Amino acid sequence: MARSENAAAVRPVPGQGALGTLKFVLSELRPKGPILTPFNVITGVIIAVGIVLIVIRFAYGLGAVTNLSQSFPWGIWIGFDVVTGVAFAGGAYVLTFAVHILKLKKYEPIVRVTVLNGFLAYVFYAGALLLDLGRPWNVVNPIIGNAFGLSSVLFLVAWHFLLYMICEFLEFSPAVAEWLHWPRARRILEGLTTGAVIFGITLSTLHQSGLGALFLLAPAKIHPLWYSHNIPVMFFVSSIFAGLSMVMVESFFTHRAFRDRIGHELHEGHDAIVLGLAKGAVGALFAYFFVKLIDFVHYGLWAHLASGWGAWYLLEIFGFVVLPTVLFLKAIRSRNAKLVQVTAFLTAFGVILNRLNVSVIAFKWYETPHYYPSWQEIWITLAVISMELWAFRWVVNRMPVFGAAHGHEEKKEADVVRWRAAG
Amino acid sequence: MAARIGRRGFLKGAGVAAGTALAVKGAPALAAAPAQEADGVEFTGMLFDATLCVGCRACEAACAEANGNPAPPAEDAVLETRRDTATDAFTVVNRFESPAGAGEPVHVRRQCMHCNQPACASACLVKALEKTKEGAVVYDGDRCMGCRYCMIACPFDVPKYEYESASPYIRKCGFCAGRQQQGLKPACAEVCPTGATLYGKKRELLEIARTRVYGQPGVYAHQIYGEHEVGGTGWLYLLPARPDRLGLPGNLGNTPYPELTSGFLFAVPLVFVLFPSVLYGLDRMTRGAANGEGEEAGHGEE
Repeated sequence: MARSENAAAVRPVPGQGALGTLKFVLSELRPKGPILTPFNVITGVIIAVGIVLIVIRFAYGLGAVTNLSQSFPWGIWIGFDVVTGVAFAGGAYVLTFAVHILKLKKYEPIVRVTVLNGFLAYVFYAGALLLDLGRPWNVVNPIIGNAFGLSSVLFLVAWHFLLYMICEFLEFSPAVAEWLHWPRARRILEGLTTGAVIFGITLSTLHQSGLGALFLLAPAKIHPLWYSHNIPVMFFVSSIFAGLSMVMVESFFTHRAFRDRIGHELHEGHDAIVLGLAKGAVGALFAYFFVKLIDFVHYGLWAHLASGWGAWYLLEIFGFVVLPTVLFLKAIRSRNAKLVQVTAFLTAFGVILNRLNVSVIAFKWYETPHYYPSWQEIWITLAVISMELWAFRWVVNRMPVFGAAHGHEEKKEADVVRWRAAG
Repeated sequence: MAARIGRRGFLKGAGVAAGTALAVKGAPALAAAPAQEADGVEFTGMLFDATLCVGCRACEAACAEANGNPAPPAEDAVLETRRDTATDAFTVVNRFESPAGAGEPVHVRRQCMHCNQPACASACLVKALEKTKEGAVVYDGDRCMGCRYCMIACPFDVPKYEYESASPYIRKCGFCAGRQQQGLKPACAEVCPTGATLYGKKRELLEIARTRVYGQPGVYAHQIYGEHEVGGTGWLYLLPARPDRLGLPGNLGNTPYPELTSGFLFAVPLVFVLFPSVLYGLDRMTRGAANGEGEEAGHGEE
């Protein structure tokens, strides 16, 4: 994992010209730190077996590794990897809005790591979509325009995934430029940030809701407790607290795993930041609960409550929307950052439950046997998550990700010294 | 093209086109002009009358032959279990007990309904599924990326996917669009010995169906399945009982499925205009206010 505090100072500096940069990047590709850690071994095995399964999937078709059927064409690769994964990536647009548009300095130390997480989530989880596509080599068709399916929500979502990945990369790119010691590129890229943020928030609003709008076309197939004309609104609002709770969950782990790479500013402000995020999440949770409530009354769903599905629905709403709201409020009042983080786990779990309910569990609730994922589907999902964690760790150990503002200044000084020494 | 249109005896100008709600949008206005004749083409359709079907499954065999699928099982024992269409069987006949109780069993076909406004085509992001102006919903495998959103969307669960293939396609009835273009009937309609499957212009088929329902109220349930369901389908069913008792989905409503997402899609350009403008305004507003250091210091530390 991460090494010493002064890693930046010891780090090799890229030499002059393209060749120097290339050598530097190649040297950076090497792993840092011990290789045979329990984390590496476990995720390594998961990834290795996962790759074998992926080869089997492409050689013999989806039927060879998945439980998908003519009745259940979408499983957890869509319902969890894509639909849930993208909701969790929502933290990036919420935080860039807070930091870049509203100029809330307080959250600046976590904005880079959140954008990085969002970007990697799109690359890996939306990338996992390619595994699910039967003819993935045709994935470029809606982009290159030999046939624009303009009436399709999926067309919109596909374009937005692509454009938003570019936006998030632009938002993160100053960190890449800093890593490569390209001060001029960094200035140019930083100048693009505001534009990328504005465009990114717009795109996020549309495709977060768009993922919900996909299911508008299945009114007779999704249980009435989950089908609604307001699914797009619900998906959008819930992506706010999904994203924020994921930022809290992520900070819970990174503060343990990357303790030495985190700037003082982030360490000191951590509790205040987490409490602030909780306040944001509470607002979105309230809004979400009321949209659900209005919907419930509007559709007159009382009759559906007296069934197993009704109980399942109430568990989702009261256990993972109302309860987190109450716990967040309690934690905010007592300034209890620990409780906030525990509640964030609860909230995130509720989002998984909701997304899976809409896309998989309550989908064709009337049909037996119902779909459940095969072990290969779960394994490949774990492999994708493991790969994302590896990529995340690789970036965090090399680029200035945590405590962006603080890190900059430190390094700017270091750079000056280095250049002076070199000169 | 020209031959196909010339063969049709039904195109009687704007009056006919306006009289049928089935023609593609905008057709009534355009049909008057000869150059736009093609746009006034009436949808073809099928009328399936379950009271006439004897379950001989000649349609299954003809369909398999016309589409290059393996021949269906010869024994009639297959009628004992409920079957669904498959990647290599675009139509199936199922047997149901007589709704009256003691009478003859009822046979009902399943295949693509060729909706007037198909959910599958509106779901497809690469236009691999499209409705032709003659009425068939056809599939172009070269465009398809295999996302299976059409299967999620189709209210009749018609599109089937080749899960066991490394280069899979969606498979379903294409209404023998090629045969229709050559002036032939779809294979199933051509072989049907009882007239249970009747091919024609949809407008005419509807009139036949209405005549039968009104003329023999004791025989038919008072409904033409497919006249209004999901905005109307190319296939019309005359049934002796409620559709949900004969293996057809009965709870679909009359809203054309593409309308379910059109509200959302209409909002997209609005968001694209409003959000960036408001966000840009907010960004400019907060630049000075946040630190009072002027424009430059708004974001970043430079």
